[in-house]
Amino acid sequence: MQPWLNQALTWSNALVLFLWVVVFLFIVLGFVTYAIYFERKVIGWMQLRIGPNRVGPLGLLQTVADIFKLLIKEDTIPRKADRVLFIIAPALAYIPAFSVLAVIPYTQKLYFADLNVGLLYYVALSGISTLAIVLGGWASNNKYALLGGMRSAAQMISYEVPLVISVVGVILLSGSLNLRDIVAAQDGGWFWDWNFLPQIIGFVIFIIAAISELNRTPFDLPEAESELVAGYHVEYSGFRFAFFMLSEYVYVYAIAALTTVLFLGGWHAPAPFLDFVPGIVWFLLKFAFIVFFLFWIRATMPRIRVDQLMGLGWKVLLPISLLNVFLTALYLELFIKN
Amino acid sequence: MIRTEELLLNVGPQHPSTHGVFRIIVKLDGEVITEATPVMGYLHRGTEKIAENLNFTQIIPYTDRMDYVSAMTNNYVLVHAVETMMGLEIPERAEYLRLVVMELQRVASHLVWWGTYLLDIGAMSPFLYAFRDREIIIDLFNELCGARLTYNYMRVGGVKWDAPPGWLDKVRDFIPYMENKLVEYDKLVSGNEIFLARIKGVGRYDAATAIDYGLSGANLRCTGVDFDIRKAEPYSLYQLFEFDVPLGQIGDCYDRYRIRLEEIRQSLRILKQALAQFPSGGDTMGKVPRVIRPPAGEVYVRIESPRGEIGCHIVSKGKAEPYRLKFRRPSFVNLQILPKLLVGETMTNLITILGGIDIVVGEVDC
Repeated sequence: MQPWLNQALTWSNALVLFLWVVVFLFIVLGFVTYAIYFERKVIGWMQLRIGPNRVGPLGLLQTVADIFKLLIKEDTIPRKADRVLFIIAPALAYIPAFSVLAVIPYTQKLYFADLNVGLLYYVALSGISTLAIVLGGWASNNKYALLGGMRSAAQMISYEVPLVISVVGVILLSGSLNLRDIVAAQDGGWFWDWNFLPQIIGFVIFIIAAISELNRTPFDLPEAESELVAGYHVEYSGFRFAFFMLSEYVYVYAIAALTTVLFLGGWHAPAPFLDFVPGIVWFLLKFAFIVFFLFWIRATMPRIRVDQLMGLGWKVLLPISLLNVFLTALYLELFIKN
Repeated sequence: MIRTEELLLNVGPQHPSTHGVFRIIVKLDGEVITEATPVMGYLHRGTEKIAENLNFTQIIPYTDRMDYVSAMTNNYVLVHAVETMMGLEIPERAEYLRLVVMELQRVASHLVWWGTYLLDIGAMSPFLYAFRDREIIIDLFNELCGARLTYNYMRVGGVKWDAPPGWLDKVRDFIPYMENKLVEYDKLVSGNEIFLARIKGVGRYDAATAIDYGLSGANLRCTGVDFDIRKAEPYSLYQLFEFDVPLGQIGDCYDRYRIRLEEIRQSLRILKQALAQFPSGGDTMGKVPRVIRPPAGEVYVRIESPRGEIGCHIVSKGKAEPYRLKFRRPSFVNLQILPKLLVGETMTNLITILGGIDIVVGEVDC
């Protein structure tokens, strides 16, 4: 990937890059398909149910059937909706979700873009998705959707801030915004060299803020089913609806990968004698654990209230994440610099 | 020109958290409610009017369909009213069976409330756990009278079916099972910070307000008023058993939550005692005239349903059909306080408060 990115853009280069993107898109879609299946199974088991088991062996084709159903559904746009914005919003939600994946390094060799400002790129692009949700809520011309969209805007702004500040500690420790360098900096051989222990405060805040960014339980207020029916996507049907769902699950992928990279040592093995296992296996294991964790939380927690959500974001998470930055800087200044 | 405007939001009748077809029109200023108007009647079937053309045995199935989450207590209030009017003797075994099914029904009803309330608040798993445990009670009822929800079990003068062999042992096994599950519920939910933050201090009112609005059941007892008809005016066999009436202090949603869970425990306590003293034999139907004709006059009886005071007022002209039949439905009366509670609350609290009142729309509209 890297050599092509550094060459001048020609038709053949563009074609190769394009093919790579298509291949990657299919990997991501495959992940989304089976993440949904996995979520339904895991939550099903936690809730004394079986989960999907009819379509295909073990229900493995259930999501495929669901997506197909959404594809052939009638595409309805409410007459009073703002047509242009209504159509743009789902695409706008998906594009940043897919784009942020470019900077995730999977192993030493396997990565797409080696950006110097990888983390910044991630945070900046993922913020755009908020716009799509507000847009979708506004354009639907539905009161529930509007409330959902507004909640989402407030929530994402409140949690973007602690999310970014909580990773500053990691940046300070590794001295780089490049995600590959951040992983490389965690290479001590043992799992306690990974950032999640030295940066335990940052890690916890990051996880909380990340769940909130994902709009998942207990922070699923924008689509709070019991209050707002479905929130911002209440008027969407067919594949436009699927795009919102898709971007949500792509963000699950992105956040799980980012957590693995920032805090769980990326492709590093937890102990030196386990080094013989390829890095990608470790990456996928940690990645799968984070994904499972997100689903697990969903089966356990009730939903937080919107004012409490704001309170938690601004009054608790933000000061603590700032404190974390201060402590990390102090530690580096006192013990490492000299 | 920028100006702000109140948002008129129509919640229901098709809304996931209005527990059926209840509708409420709210005026929102941002997310804060400035005015709330409940609209009822989407499930009105005219039970009371229909009853005027039916004899008393035929009315019993209609009571099943009022509060379909707690059909046994509804059965009881009607037959109890007729029996009071006619001064009928009920065989001991029938009375015990009635008491056992009513207390099982209270447990089942509170389980439905617990599960759906948690679902309203956004936790999905407790709903399925509650329904798993309620299923056992439903199966017991199914075995007893062949129906899972609308039992039509009680008759004027007794009950329709005797307990099948081994049924009482199954109830006996259910009690320790349910006690263990209650511990599990507490571990999973009752200490959850998010949950407590959601319901503590929400929907508060004091004892005077509660009495003014005619609230009953957990909605009244959460303010500390010690009024449970099972204790205050014992009916059936309740004077024989020891149980506590859980009370709240500040009258918020958390108190109501705690009271309902505690009532499950107390019901299990009553069941345990009732099963220990259960008569080994005897009839399940007393001596009842072939055509039930209560003497001319009026009677009002009230009992404690899981939702509060359910009453039955019969005006009889000495015929086989009532001249007028009136049910005091606790869900309907408890709902009166809703518009008052909602003003100044957020959209999220609307669901918390409405769920906390514990309505069954079949009973609200009747």
